[in-house]
Amino acid sequence: MSNISIFPIIIPFFTGILLIFFHKHIIIQRLVSTVSLIVAIITSLFLIAAVKKAGVQTLNLSNWEAPFGITLVSDMLSALLVLTTNIVALCCILYSFKGIDQDRESYFYYSLIQFLLVGVIGAFSTGDIFNLFVFFEVMLMSSYALLVIGGTKVQLRETVKYILVNIISSGLFVTTVGYLYSVVGTLNMAHISERLSEVENSGILTVIAVLFLIVFGLKGALFPLFFWMPGSYYAAPIPILALFGALLTKVGVYSIARTFTLFFSTNEYIFTILSILSLITIVLGVIGALAYYDIKKIIIYNILTAVGVILYGVAAFTENSLIGALFYLMHDMIIKTALFLLIGAIFAASGTFHLSKMGGLLSSHPALAWTFFIAAISLAGIPPLSGFIGKLMIIQGGFEKHDYYGSFIVLISSLFVLLSVIKIFIKAFWGTETKTKKPSIKALLCPSIILVCLSFFIGIFSESIYPYISLATETLLHPTNYIEAVLKE
Amino acid sequence: MEILMSIIIGILFTSATYLMLSKSILRIIIGTGLLSHGIHLLLLTMGGLKKGASPLLGQHASSYSDPLPQALILTAIVISFGVTSFFLVLAYRTYQELGTDNLEKLRGKKEHE
Repeated sequence: MSNISIFPIIIPFFTGILLIFFHKHIIIQRLVSTVSLIVAIITSLFLIAAVKKAGVQTLNLSNWEAPFGITLVSDMLSALLVLTTNIVALCCILYSFKGIDQDRESYFYYSLIQFLLVGVIGAFSTGDIFNLFVFFEVMLMSSYALLVIGGTKVQLRETVKYILVNIISSGLFVTTVGYLYSVVGTLNMAHISERLSEVENSGILTVIAVLFLIVFGLKGALFPLFFWMPGSYYAAPIPILALFGALLTKVGVYSIARTFTLFFSTNEYIFTILSILSLITIVLGVIGALAYYDIKKIIIYNILTAVGVILYGVAAFTENSLIGALFYLMHDMIIKTALFLLIGAIFAASGTFHLSKMGGLLSSHPALAWTFFIAAISLAGIPPLSGFIGKLMIIQGGFEKHDYYGSFIVLISSLFVLLSVIKIFIKAFWGTETKTKKPSIKALLCPSIILVCLSFFIGIFSESIYPYISLATETLLHPTNYIEAVLKE
Repeated sequence: MEILMSIIIGILFTSATYLMLSKSILRIIIGTGLLSHGIHLLLLTMGGLKKGASPLLGQHASSYSDPLPQALILTAIVISFGVTSFFLVLAYRTYQELGTDNLEKLRGKKEHE
C-alpha cells in the first residue's frame, strides 16, 4: 500500500484552489495549470509503473479497514485512463491559450478545468459506489459552469437542458445506490461484489443492473438516452467541447464497464441488453454523422458511434473483446480531442462551421490539412494508426461469441465513419478557395499535432502497449483479483 | 412503516415527474426539488426504519439507528442544494437574456447563433 493512487486526484484539486486566488492574472493561470498537468502526467506514469510492478494499488483513506472506510483502487485500467485524461487535458489547455477569449480565461476557466479533472480522475480511481456518485457530481458541477461560462444565448439555453437531464440522472444514481444498499448493506464496490455473488438468482439484482444501465447510459450517451448530447455539446466553445467529448461520456462508459464486470458478470440477460443497445447507438451515431453538413455536429455524432463500439466490446465479454475495448477507449479519447481541436482550427482558418461555405484550405493551410487527414483515417481505423487494433480485437471477440450480425455492424460502421470525416476533408480542403485572408493558426494546430503523433505511436508500438492493456483486462475478467486486492483476504 | 414511506415517496416521484414535464422553468425546478426530497426519503427508508436511539454514543442505548444512510443523505442534500441554487440563478439569467421562461420557446433556430 502506498499513497501514489491519491496523487492524481489531489494535484488538480490543489491547483484548482490555488488558481482561484489569481483569477485576473492570465499568465500565472496558464503557467500554473500547464506545470501542474505536466507533473500530473509524470505522476500517472509512476502510478502505471507501480501497478505493473506490484499489482493493484489500493489505499484505505484514514487507515480504516477496507469495507468500512473509503478505498481508492488503482488497477491498470484506471491508471491508463488517468494518464490519458491528463494528456488530453494538457492539450486542451495548450489550445485554450489562443483558442478561448480573455474574458472567459479571467473568470475561473482554468480552475474549473482543474476541478473537472478532479471529478473525472476521482471517478476513475475510486472503490466506493457512493464516492463515485460524489466524484460524478464534482465533474458535473464543473461541467455546468464550463458549459455556461461566457453566457451567450445558445449556451444559456442548452445549459438549462443539460443541467435538468443530469439532475435527473444523478437522482436515479442515488436511488439505485439506495436499493443496492438495502440488498447488500455495504457501499464498498469489492464488498458489494462479494455479497452479490451470495444472493445469486435474485430478480431484484437484474432490476438494479438495469437501473445502473439507465444511469450510466444517461451519462455516457447510450441509445435511447443520448438525446441531450448533440445540442448541449454544440453550445460549448471548442476547447471545452474537446474536453467534454473526450472525458465526460467516457466516464459513463468506464462506470458501465466497471460495475457490470464487477457486480453483474454472471448475468447474461443484462449483457444481451447492453449489446443490443450499443449496436443501435452505433447505427444512430453513423446516421447522425452522415446527415449533417456542420463539422461540429459530424464529430459530435461520431462520439456516439465510439461509445457504441466500446460498449459492444464490453458486452461481448471475452478476453479479446475487452482488450480491444480498452485499446479503442484510449484511442478514442485521444483522437476525438484531436479532431475537435482540429475543427476549431478549421473554424479559425475559414470562419465557418458549415461545409458548404468553405473550401480550398489545402493550399493555404497544408499542415492543418494533413494533420486532419491522419486524424480522420485513424478514427476510421486504417492499419498503421491507433484505431485499427482496438476495432480488430473487438470484432474478433464478437466472432468468438458467434455474434456475426453485431461484428458486421461494427465493421460497416467504420466505413460510414470514414465517409463522414472524409466528407469534411473533401469539402473543406479541396476545391477553390473562398476566402482571401489567411489567418495564422500555428498555435491552434500544435496541440492536435501532439495528439495525432501520440495516436500514431500507439498504432505503431501497440505491441509494447499490449502487456499493459492485457493486465488491465485481468481485473475486468476476474473480479476476484480486484476483491482480493481490496479486502486483503 | 416502510410501506407507508414507500407510498409517500412514490407520490413525491409522481408529482416531480409531472412538474418536470411542464413548460415553465420554475415548475421544473420545483419538480427537481420534489425529486430530491423523494430520493433522500428513499435513502432513509432503504436503510431501515427500525426503532433505536439516535446515533449518539452518549445515549448509551442498546441499539442505534443506522448512521450510514444519514451521512449519505447529508451529503446528497448539500450537493442537490448547490446544484439547485446554480440552476435557479441560471434560470434567472436565462429569463433576463432570452426574455422567456417557456421551455417550448427555448428551441434552437436553424441558423445557429
